[in-house]
Amino acid sequence: MELLSGGEMIARALEDEGVEYIFGYPGGAVLHIYDALFKDCKVPHILVRHEQAATHAADGYARATGKPGVVLVTSGPGATNAITGIATAYMDSVPMLVLSGQVQSHLIGEDAFQETDMIGISRPIVKHSFMVKRTEDLPQMIKKAFYIASTGRPGPVVIDIPKDLTRPDEKFEYNYPKNVKMRSYSPAQRGHTGQIKKAAKMLLAAKRPMIYAGGGVIQGDGSELLTQLARELNYPVTNTLMGLGAYPGSDRQFLGMLGMHGLYEANMAMHHSDCILAVGARFDDRVTNTVDKFCPGAKVIHIDIDPATISKIVMADIPIVGPVQSVLTELLGQVTLLRKKDSSLPDESALDRWWQQIEEWRSAHGLFTGRRYGQSDLIMPQQVIESLYRVTDGDAYVTSDVGQHQMFAAQYYPFDEPRRWINSGGLGTMGFGLPAAMGVKLAFPDMEVACVTGEGSIQMNIQELSTCNQYKTAVKIINLRNNYLGMVKQWQDMQYEGRYAMSTYEDSLPDFVKLMEAYGHVGIQVDKLDDLEGAMKEAFALKDKLVFLDVIIDPMEHVYPMHIAPNGSMKDMWLSKNERT
Amino acid sequence: MRRIISMLMENEPGALSRVVGLFSQRGYNIETLNVAPTDDATLSRLTLTTVGTDLHIEKLTKQLNKLVDVVKLVDLTEGAHIERDMMLIKIRATGAAREEVKRVTDIFRGQIVDVSPNVYTIQLSGTSDKLDSFVAAMAEADILEVVRSGVAGISRGEKVLSL
Ligand SMILES: Cc1ncc(C[n+]2csc(CCOP(=O)(O)OP(=O)(O)O)c2C)c(N)n1
Repeated sequence: MELLSGGEMIARALEDEGVEYIFGYPGGAVLHIYDALFKDCKVPHILVRHEQAATHAADGYARATGKPGVVLVTSGPGATNAITGIATAYMDSVPMLVLSGQVQSHLIGEDAFQETDMIGISRPIVKHSFMVKRTEDLPQMIKKAFYIASTGRPGPVVIDIPKDLTRPDEKFEYNYPKNVKMRSYSPAQRGHTGQIKKAAKMLLAAKRPMIYAGGGVIQGDGSELLTQLARELNYPVTNTLMGLGAYPGSDRQFLGMLGMHGLYEANMAMHHSDCILAVGARFDDRVTNTVDKFCPGAKVIHIDIDPATISKIVMADIPIVGPVQSVLTELLGQVTLLRKKDSSLPDESALDRWWQQIEEWRSAHGLFTGRRYGQSDLIMPQQVIESLYRVTDGDAYVTSDVGQHQMFAAQYYPFDEPRRWINSGGLGTMGFGLPAAMGVKLAFPDMEVACVTGEGSIQMNIQELSTCNQYKTAVKIINLRNNYLGMVKQWQDMQYEGRYAMSTYEDSLPDFVKLMEAYGHVGIQVDKLDDLEGAMKEAFALKDKLVFLDVIIDPMEHVYPMHIAPNGSMKDMWLSKNERT
Repeated sequence: MRRIISMLMENEPGALSRVVGLFSQRGYNIETLNVAPTDDATLSRLTLTTVGTDLHIEKLTKQLNKLVDVVKLVDLTEGAHIERDMMLIKIRATGAAREEVKRVTDIFRGQIVDVSPNVYTIQLSGTSDKLDSFVAAMAEADILEVVRSGVAGISRGEKVLSL
């Protein structure tokens, strides 16, 4: 039997759980824990420069690997700084464990130095949280936290740890449980067979089918099965912003992203579909446009691990609660069975007509069947993403921040693999991109990791350049530099007659090239199209260096297509500044 | 429609605030709330009443079920059930009104549990409607204080909410 202090238990439990990295920042309430980590812990700790970045880095790590990210922060400001990152992970269902220090038990509630009610503050943005009351409970609690964070619909879990419970001089028995069972938590293990049979029938009866797949397919490792199903049936597929990579982006059956800035053919096909198979998607308002007008002729089959997501926004005709892998396996089986019995399924001629229609949409306004953006003397943002795609052979991990650059990346970098596209879709957190890229690069040091950003977003966590220097995380930062908060400006152009309220920086931007040098990195600025590809190649050729490619782009460019709101349907889109459906 | 939702939840710190927080977070109303331990010290029973359409309530119960601390949940209004709300009410009772208050209390099968020269304290239990009617039967000016437990409920017959 081994006796360990609370701090040692935490260090050991993280080892026993097979954690690869701890992202964190020390402070008074967690000093016992840090001392235990220092003395004896095989798990490396990454010291960020701001706790928000710790959560985003752990988040990026988790999205890329599928394993929970681990964060350690101190009480009070350490904990509150972590909040934005916890909310970001929560909105995108990312598995994460956040260990936050707390003031000593006997001081709780007395407004002690650096006290904040972390359990209370984080309550609406966590999957669950624990307050440690007894040191002996720590191993069990940590095991439970990992279990909850990574099963069912994943999400962040907070453990709040009063300092006295980690004291080095009070030791208790340590036993890390192999398994946990909780009477109050048991995520669905499989879908309802009757429902799946019905779904197979409905799917095969469709004349204008659409497969609408979201982040849940990636989180649930269902991409291969989804691809198999779609190929078997020759049905068109669209992915949400969170689902990009769930189906191979360069495949003919892929219609691109759908939604507010979705591709024309994806939105049109959704609107005119008669049967939508929604998998791990949640009918977000950035997808549906006006809900009352959403896909009027479509029956909906909705597969999700979270029952609360089904029929939350759009009523499902066939709801199926279950993990995507097991449900898709069963669905594939049923589909094969039905087709054996009746080889005329699905209706091939209807499907031919449907594909013909889709091809027409595609060639009319698709992003890849012609050049869809304007030309000016300046580099167009789309060209930067196209260049990034070429130079990385479409095989990089791409993180992004939030704004126009994010949408251009989502549109113009087709991801053939899941977990390659890493962005804050639900919360839309500017400042996510760089720390997330750090987390990804640490997980996959031999892979190319690019952070597509804007000069607004990058400055929200730019301090992490120092972390990248410390750990030699050689990510490439592709800055689409339009000198505006571009997405804000686009809305101001479209809805506020071009009144740019607080969306410019009035020549106050830093010299990014010099800034990179100051941080020990490489900065390259490009403003001519002819230099773009060369600079991009140079950036990626500098293998061991963080390179910041500052690309001066046309500031007037907008992201299109764009849903027309309010009161528009999926098919109502702006296609350019003066062209609409 | 008014619903009575009753649940068993882990008797853990923070459990109650998660349930209550969910209501404000997702824009639902709680009309009454009642929580107490059960025969099993690790569980507490929470009963609340709320108003909403079927769809509304379905979404709400799904969200409540998702809370890790909620072990089991039932919408009592879906079947035959018994509901009880308990009220303690202080009524000014002087002169002729004294007799009248006692008479009405008897009609409602209430009990006068405390008496002072000018005040009766009455205990009454029953459905929320019954308590409302009693309050309505008292002259407003005579009501000094009202305290109600909120609805507690249980289903009729063999059906039980247990682990
Ligand atoms: C933390 C945070 N604050 C504000 C916003 C609102 N917002 C969305 S996009 C955007 C502009 C982003 O500008 P930039 O990073 O330069 O990217 P661009 O749109 O120019 O490509 C803003 C302010 C946000 N998403 N996140």
